[in-house]
Amino acid sequence: MALDELRLEFSDEQAMLAESAREFLRDKCTTEQVREWMGLSTGYHTALWQEMAQLGWMGIALPEEHGGSGLSAGALVTVVETMGRYLLASPFLATTMAAQLLDQAGNNSQREQWLPAIAAGECIATVALAPADGAWLPEHTGVTATRKGKGWRLEGRKSGVLELAFADLVLVSADTDKGPAVFALSREDIPYTAIEREYLVDETRRSYRMDCDGIRLGNDALLAGGDSAAAIRDTHALGWLLVGAELTGVADGVFSLMLEYLKTRTQFGKTIGSYQALKHPTVDIMGQIENSRGLMQQAATVFDGANGESEVAARMLKAYAGDTAAFATDRAVQFHGAFGFTWECDVQLYFRRATWARHVFGDALHHRARLAELLLGEHNGES
Amino acid sequence: MAQDKQHVSREERDKFAQKVSAWLKANIPSKPDFRLPLTFMEIDNRAQFEYLRDWQQQVYEAGYLGMSWPEEYGGGGMPQVYQDIVTREMARLQAPFMINAIGLSWAGPTILKLGTEAQKKRYIKKILSAEEIWCQGFSEPENGSDLGNARTRAVRDGDSYVINGSKIWTSQAEYAAHMILIARTDPAAPNKYAGLSFFLAPMDVPGIDIRRIRKMTGEYGFAQTFFDDARIPADTLVGEEGQGWSVAMAVLAFERGAALGQAGGNIMSVISARDLVQTAGKSRRDGRPALADMRIREQLVQCMIEERCLRLNRQRGRDPRLLTPGREFAPMLMSKLQGSEYMRRMAAFAVSLQGGQAPLYVDDTQALDDGMWQRQHMNSYSATIGGGTSEIQRNIIGERLLGLGKG
Repeated sequence: MALDELRLEFSDEQAMLAESAREFLRDKCTTEQVREWMGLSTGYHTALWQEMAQLGWMGIALPEEHGGSGLSAGALVTVVETMGRYLLASPFLATTMAAQLLDQAGNNSQREQWLPAIAAGECIATVALAPADGAWLPEHTGVTATRKGKGWRLEGRKSGVLELAFADLVLVSADTDKGPAVFALSREDIPYTAIEREYLVDETRRSYRMDCDGIRLGNDALLAGGDSAAAIRDTHALGWLLVGAELTGVADGVFSLMLEYLKTRTQFGKTIGSYQALKHPTVDIMGQIENSRGLMQQAATVFDGANGESEVAARMLKAYAGDTAAFATDRAVQFHGAFGFTWECDVQLYFRRATWARHVFGDALHHRARLAELLLGEHNGES
Repeated sequence: MAQDKQHVSREERDKFAQKVSAWLKANIPSKPDFRLPLTFMEIDNRAQFEYLRDWQQQVYEAGYLGMSWPEEYGGGGMPQVYQDIVTREMARLQAPFMINAIGLSWAGPTILKLGTEAQKKRYIKKILSAEEIWCQGFSEPENGSDLGNARTRAVRDGDSYVINGSKIWTSQAEYAAHMILIARTDPAAPNKYAGLSFFLAPMDVPGIDIRRIRKMTGEYGFAQTFFDDARIPADTLVGEEGQGWSVAMAVLAFERGAALGQAGGNIMSVISARDLVQTAGKSRRDGRPALADMRIREQLVQCMIEERCLRLNRQRGRDPRLLTPGREFAPMLMSKLQGSEYMRRMAAFAVSLQGGQAPLYVDDTQALDDGMWQRQHMNSYSATIGGGTSEIQRNIIGERLLGLGKG
């Protein structure tokens, strides 16, 4: 089994980020708070968002000349994992993905227009990638863009657009006659009637459908700084990495909750954790969480978008961490007994978050099927 | 042993790896005309034994074994990283495994850590050279994983201890010169653990009877060892009388994945998911390659992911920042459980994907890879049962690492 070494590194900056994220969110993002913020229309707390910006989180992986820290995208995982652990709902994921997409596909003036504001926490941004049916393939944009005079006209629908109703910047992927492209839309570009809220299993998240029919854009909305098709694919890959990290955190968070219950709840005169029927799966869950963390750390180390080893590692993480979070949340409900079945028990928050996160940017089946093509070669149909 | 890899430059490591690889390519013996065992627990006959013993001797004489052990006892006195490179290259080039596994991975490190100067001088070099093979005497017929209840007795009589009782699942008992033996010296001790002692027992004294055990695979490899007034020298005791439990725990720490301090060298044939993929490529199901079947492909990918997890968890131990706060020992403690369970599931899958050929066994001319997976599937239970069953592992990890109540 012990064959070649895998690349696995961890920087001092990542260690510091992990530490500060843990301390910050442990204190500020209790499940009481999560339940309170769940009732807000935007689903997040603006003062907390400002504090996160002051900690520099929005600029972690943005270039220094645009107000960021200039770290690699891999450096984001420790923060996102911790957000999952404490069930934080905030526009961090959407804004980070949009910022990376803009940085890769935008030209200098587009970057200068948006990135410093994003790094400062003054701009909520999001990506509209998935088509109406929620397909996970990057090449399925679901929207076409045609030239109209000096500008563009969009046609089609998007789904799963996080924070759309209050985003300052929305990056929309679309097919043009010259291939896939990305358009930067400001709030005023999107009519109010184009936005429809999706009601998710995870009530802490805000996600929307977007009707792009008839949206008209100037030519400067087109991101024109690089290979947009590659940038779209790489943004999906960033989704695999970051949501994979979030799932790892969710699994670890619900595991802590469950462990505490197993040690304190007594039945038939013994703590329930002393029964092997509960103890053994608990150890297996812990093992899978450790495995997920290893995959996450490695995917972060090699992350370079949807290419080569980076694609393999990020897909492995998303697949495995999804299964792990499913296993952990499933057993957490069961092991809490009747209490686990209630709204009051915090396990439901993790369960619902895991259900959402497992099914955005590709589920485990999807990624294993793609990994089979990457690792075992194409073998479709008869042969 | 104490020096770590930071002291050896990448360039130096690469240069050394090339040298080792060249030596291995020139010296790995050609495949014999008999079937080789997959692990040190499966030595079925003398021809296998001699082939593997000669190979270990050759590796030691070339300076590629015990490289990090002290020079004064026959080791190389070099940083551990060199041995790790050799072990890795051996696995990569599929070199036969090191036969004296108990000596290299359990007895040797224990003697170096807890033995007397005289014991180190007496035993270490011959462990490395395979001149003296070691076996392990922990399990007893009545107490499988429950070492604390060992009943084999050791009674002090002058300069000797007199041993009575029986040990079971002893690999290579008939070839071994010595056994690491747990025996009860004080049945009246206030707790059962305090009554145990740890010996480096010679196997050639009168009163020892070895009975081979045939395994479910049809092969031999294990034995039951009977002690009937067997008299062993008192200076084979490790530590003090009554310290046997703590010595055994140190040994088991080596067994359960604390690789530091082991002499190195691969002690098992390395089977990986790559072999599994090759098997799928050669297998046909209902007239189509197994590798074209979506369900098979998905499971192959799952195996590759799990295998990567095992490798990563081993690597994570080198940088404490990669470990989870509050359970830093988790990857190390889980490695035996996860590794053995993974191998078992992988072997079961490898058999089943062969479709209509899956029932063929080792002597059949059409058996895929000479029935390697069918044999491996059955043998894989030795790792999920031996050294503490998976169920006991889960109890230990659940109680000691996670703090769950005792059952």
